Amino acid sequence: MTLDLLRFTTAGSVDDGKSTLIGRLLYDTKQVFEDQLEHVAQASERRGGEGALDLALLTDGLRAEREQGITIDVAYRYFATPKRRFIIADCPGHRQYTRNMVTGASTADVAVILLDARKGVLEQSKRHAFISALLGIPKLVVAVNKMDLVGYSQERFEEVVAEFEGFAPNLREGGRRAGDQYEIIYMPISALNGDNVVERSQAMAWFDDPAHPPTLLELLEQVEVAYDHPYDRPARFPVQWVIRPGGSAAATAAEAINGGSATTANDYRGYAGQLASGALRRGDEVTVLPSGRTTRIAAIDTYDGELEEAMAPMSLTLRLEDELDVSRGETICRPDEAPTVARELEADVCWMAERPLRPGGRYVIKQTTRSATVIVDAIADHVDVDTLERAAPPAELGLNDIGRVRLRTSAPLVFDPYASNRRTGSFILIDEASNETVGAGMIA
Amino acid sequence: MSVAARPQLSHLRALESEAIHVMREVAAELEKPVLLFSGGKDSIVLLRLAEKAFRPAPFPFPLMHVDTGHNFPEVIEFRDRRVAELGERLIVASVQESIDSGRAVEETGPRASRNRLQTVTLLDALAEHGFDAAFGGARRDEERARAKERIFSFRDDFGQWDPKRQRPELWNLYNGRIKQGENVRVFPISNWTELDVWEYIDQEGLEVPSIYFAHEREVFGRDGMLYAWREGVELIDGEQVMSETVRYRTVGDMTCTGGVRSRATTLEEVVSEIAATRITERGETRADDRVTEAAMEDRKKAGYF
Repeated sequence: MTLDLLRFTTAGSVDDGKSTLIGRLLYDTKQVFEDQLEHVAQASERRGGEGALDLALLTDGLRAEREQGITIDVAYRYFATPKRRFIIADCPGHRQYTRNMVTGASTADVAVILLDARKGVLEQSKRHAFISALLGIPKLVVAVNKMDLVGYSQERFEEVVAEFEGFAPNLREGGRRAGDQYEIIYMPISALNGDNVVERSQAMAWFDDPAHPPTLLELLEQVEVAYDHPYDRPARFPVQWVIRPGGSAAATAAEAINGGSATTANDYRGYAGQLASGALRRGDEVTVLPSGRTTRIAAIDTYDGELEEAMAPMSLTLRLEDELDVSRGETICRPDEAPTVARELEADVCWMAERPLRPGGRYVIKQTTRSATVIVDAIADHVDVDTLERAAPPAELGLNDIGRVRLRTSAPLVFDPYASNRRTGSFILIDEASNETVGAGMIA
Repeated sequence: MSVAARPQLSHLRALESEAIHVMREVAAELEKPVLLFSGGKDSIVLLRLAEKAFRPAPFPFPLMHVDTGHNFPEVIEFRDRRVAELGERLIVASVQESIDSGRAVEETGPRASRNRLQTVTLLDALAEHGFDAAFGGARRDEERARAKERIFSFRDDFGQWDPKRQRPELWNLYNGRIKQGENVRVFPISNWTELDVWEYIDQEGLEVPSIYFAHEREVFGRDGMLYAWREGVELIDGEQVMSETVRYRTVGDMTCTGGVRSRATTLEEVVSEIAATRITERGETRADDRVTEAAMEDRKKAGYF
């Protein structure tokens, strides 16, 4: 059994057929509506197309994008098959939009990268592959597109695969994020004609990968996601909000609504949040971090009733046996599998602002449900996103740069390495003056 | 532990869980949120999600409706009943009052609509009550400009959306930090589709206003849509009032929301009708999005939801 919602990201260069691929997935699963098609047809004509539908116009939603003919921002697209619901984060490919690519990749379980069979592996493809690995996406699908333009040649496909394999070790090393589950899957397709996208290609009967389904859609329907193995992972429950009907002025109103007696409503104290990973059962012994106090789970509440057991990514409310006065920002976990509690950390940061990150810089850090002030102690190195090599520490990280930084926080954080937990190992940096989100971090 | 013992999380439960997380983040990080409740299907879902996020306590925010004065009476009746059942507080911000006080100017002519004026009333009401966050039921599948919007959509002190200055939104870490006078619009069901909304309404057994089901109504055809006839509507040459069996896919201002011919009288029938439809809800029923290629983008920049 699998979670029947899959988030994946697509990235590719301007003309390697990414929009056509998305258009085809949406069209072949009947998610493109007639009025949208009509819109696209009209707009294609205005732009001087020769009767061909420009499917990029389906995905490019902003005026500036249509005017410039490029994707600037991440667009989210939705489609469903009888087996699964899909969310596509469609990302721009240009170097100056690296931060948008990072954004789209942050929530994805699968990355689909398109290569043009005629051109092979471009710098941009490497960058996409690297960012998907850096962001810990466990499955990378390398779709070798436009196979129709190389005569559906098996030889050409194998050449492109070999070329990509040649730099894959570099990718694993450079990314170091995706862990044991990391897998690169190659697939020859023609998005234009639909070969191996939704239907198996007749022209490429030679393609046979016994380890994976034969079409991209089937692959996406079957691939496992991180939440599929809750028992393999430590439970992490960052507290978001304390539910205390008795503690608020409106307590009487709450009792009236719930028909409960004054005592039950006044005594109720629940810790609400979303399980970031793993599973919890009623009666489990738990520790609250960073305070380190230990108690047991008295009940797992949801609006639909109490549960014996809950697993990520469920939102729920925990009641604890002892009154510990837990607050937002604390994390509930099992005592024998506790995460790190520290005020110093190292992380890979993707910088997203015009004003560069420099040693000594002060920001607000938000990690799980916890916020603190953070100071940049040092920049340890810098990743060249084109060569994927780690270079000597620069004086600063500019817009779209990625580098390793050392940070010190005003209050202890509760975290795991990003490589083992994307939810508790990630953070954002916020500029104290402008309130802009200026950086995305992955804890080493 | 065996794999078979593991319950499956349906996509609706996963989307629900994400939305609950969003609502709790807003309650925790912003000073004074409000939930916009129109009586429409999307905001009906928001109310259920708020119950799931905050019960057994009362909601940590009031509800607000921007009333154009041209709403379907069935929807207003439903709105008041639902609010009473929940025991929560409803604020009604009136477009008529904005017009009376000279803050907004009524459009005239046969195509007059108060849809655009809602923005004035909304921004005034947010300022008057000091709300710094407003939950809305907008979804990214509705429209192209919305496909690019964040779950936490930052607005400056004019309520404007600047698509080029959107904050990057990574993982499930939302940045709700704002300055005095600014606000965030929050869309907990951004990742839901129209079909998800109906399936959820069905799954949760939620009541919806009667106009979502097929009923007989006096309508007139215009621009390929069927608009409700009511006293005071100016017909354009050749337009005729007729009786049709219709239902509504969206609930908005009567002046710009069209009905669709339908026989669906139960939730189940509505779900199968939506699953089979080949036209988007906004394309089929909203005149306001038909004006130009970027009609929604432009309205959003001016402070619309």
